[in-house]
Amino acid sequence: MLPCIGQEEARIERDKALVRFENVTFEYIRRDEEGNVDSITTALDDLSLHIKKGEFVAILGSNGSGKSTFARHINALLRPTEGKVLVAGYDTKSDKDTLEIRQRAGMVFQNPDNQIIAETVEEDVAFGPENMGMPVDEMQKRVEDSLRRVGLYKKRLESPNRLSGGQKQKVAIAGILAMRPECIIFDEPTAMLDPAGRRMIVETAHELNKKDGITIILITHNMEETVGADRIIVMEKGRIALEGTPRQVFSKGDSLRELGMELPAMTELAQRVGLDGCILTREEFVEAYKKAIR
Amino acid sequence: MIRDITIGQYYPSESVIHRLDARVKFIATIAYVVALFLFDTFWGFLPAAAWLLVIILVSGIPFRFILKGLKAVLFLLIFLAVFNTLMTPGEVLAQWWIFKITDKGLENAGFMSLRLSLLVVGSGMMTYTTTPSQLTAGMESIFRPLGIFKVPVHEVAMMMSIALRFIPILLEETDKIMKAQQARGADFESGNIFKRAKALIPVLVPLFVSAFRRAGELAEAMEARCYHGGKGRTKLHPLKFAARDYISLVLIVGFVVGMGFMP
Repeated sequence: MLPCIGQEEARIERDKALVRFENVTFEYIRRDEEGNVDSITTALDDLSLHIKKGEFVAILGSNGSGKSTFARHINALLRPTEGKVLVAGYDTKSDKDTLEIRQRAGMVFQNPDNQIIAETVEEDVAFGPENMGMPVDEMQKRVEDSLRRVGLYKKRLESPNRLSGGQKQKVAIAGILAMRPECIIFDEPTAMLDPAGRRMIVETAHELNKKDGITIILITHNMEETVGADRIIVMEKGRIALEGTPRQVFSKGDSLRELGMELPAMTELAQRVGLDGCILTREEFVEAYKKAIR
Repeated sequence: MIRDITIGQYYPSESVIHRLDARVKFIATIAYVVALFLFDTFWGFLPAAAWLLVIILVSGIPFRFILKGLKAVLFLLIFLAVFNTLMTPGEVLAQWWIFKITDKGLENAGFMSLRLSLLVVGSGMMTYTTTPSQLTAGMESIFRPLGIFKVPVHEVAMMMSIALRFIPILLEETDKIMKAQQARGADFESGNIFKRAKALIPVLVPLFVSAFRRAGELAEAMEARCYHGGKGRTKLHPLKFAARDYISLVLIVGFVVGMGFMP
């Protein structure tokens, strides 16, 4: 009887997962002019993983590791060649649930300019709700709330062209918040921003995770941005190469380097000066360093 | 220089003109353009210019901004004026080689340039005071009946509003590419017109490539935000006629009828 209950619990635990990938394979098929298959690139290779509600997951990987393909599977922009993706219980393969999925799993893209559709900030934030066919009163309230949430309410009537890169990304975030999502996927949101913009976006992501309980999936090149995550997944050739808490992942400096990645600056520094344990932040470093010289 | 072009750009403000229903502004603009062709003496420009002046003053848009928009058609204006001056037959005032300046030519040139300037500024006022999404929403609503004939009204409206939003972005990009090419020795300023046109090819190719990439990414972003065509869409600012809209309509109808009586 007992092992049975264990399995049952495992199943319930699995069903609670907001995002579930089950043996997902995705192939980019390139065809020549006659329609014959030219080449096949496997972007996701038998990938299985679960992301729990309220989790903050960072996805790392070098170029071509499949992390963007992975992101596009979560809100049904891409559909698996083989296997299954479930988001909040909806199968991304079914056409009629696509809108339900996209409403629950919003996506912030890399290029701030190429994801803003409307000419004023508030109209852009309303784009998602408009598509959902939301009643006007409700929409106006949500647009206001979302803009206040990211601190851009004062700029609601301005043209997005007048905003900084970081502010444009915040408009994109507000546009997703207005749909009341359960999950936000950030696909390298800071790649085109200056350091101040980067900090602003990562801070906003953490705040949404802590205060609003929104599940965050952050895809990035930047090691520093993953430090505060609950879990880091390192991808390589469409598979999971490393997985664990930041401390677990960054204590494996050699395997990371083999995958073409470097440790966060503080972790690297701590290792070079010979401090024990895995140090992630500046505060931890200062603490450990003080202890060591004593 | 290339960023000076202001046609199709929105100038944010809260004036009455800005708050008018986009459909009213659209109809008023068409009516104004029609009115500009209703008279054929210079006296007609008086009320036409005065009407426009009142609208500009009420809208609170600085004259500098409006003049910038006119600068974009300066070449066309000069072209029209010169050809009208030289090509119209009439009493010859001055002559040099094969060029003749005639009284009728001067009159025509002045008439055409004034008319074109008012036309450009007048239609510019619509885009300065209306956000593209309001404008396209207005046009979508005006042209909705065409849907019966399977005209994709919503799709066209959407395309137009996106095109308008990307004008400044693409202009900036053109500027950037030109500067990059100039830094590597490209020459856009010398040579005859064919040479100059040819020099633009290395600017246009990367511009097109990047525009296509942008289009792809934008389509993805729109889809990711539940875009699925015009069916079942609502609007943040639904179009609703207020008292000011009815008053404006009466005013513009009055204006056009009045212009009809101008000599």
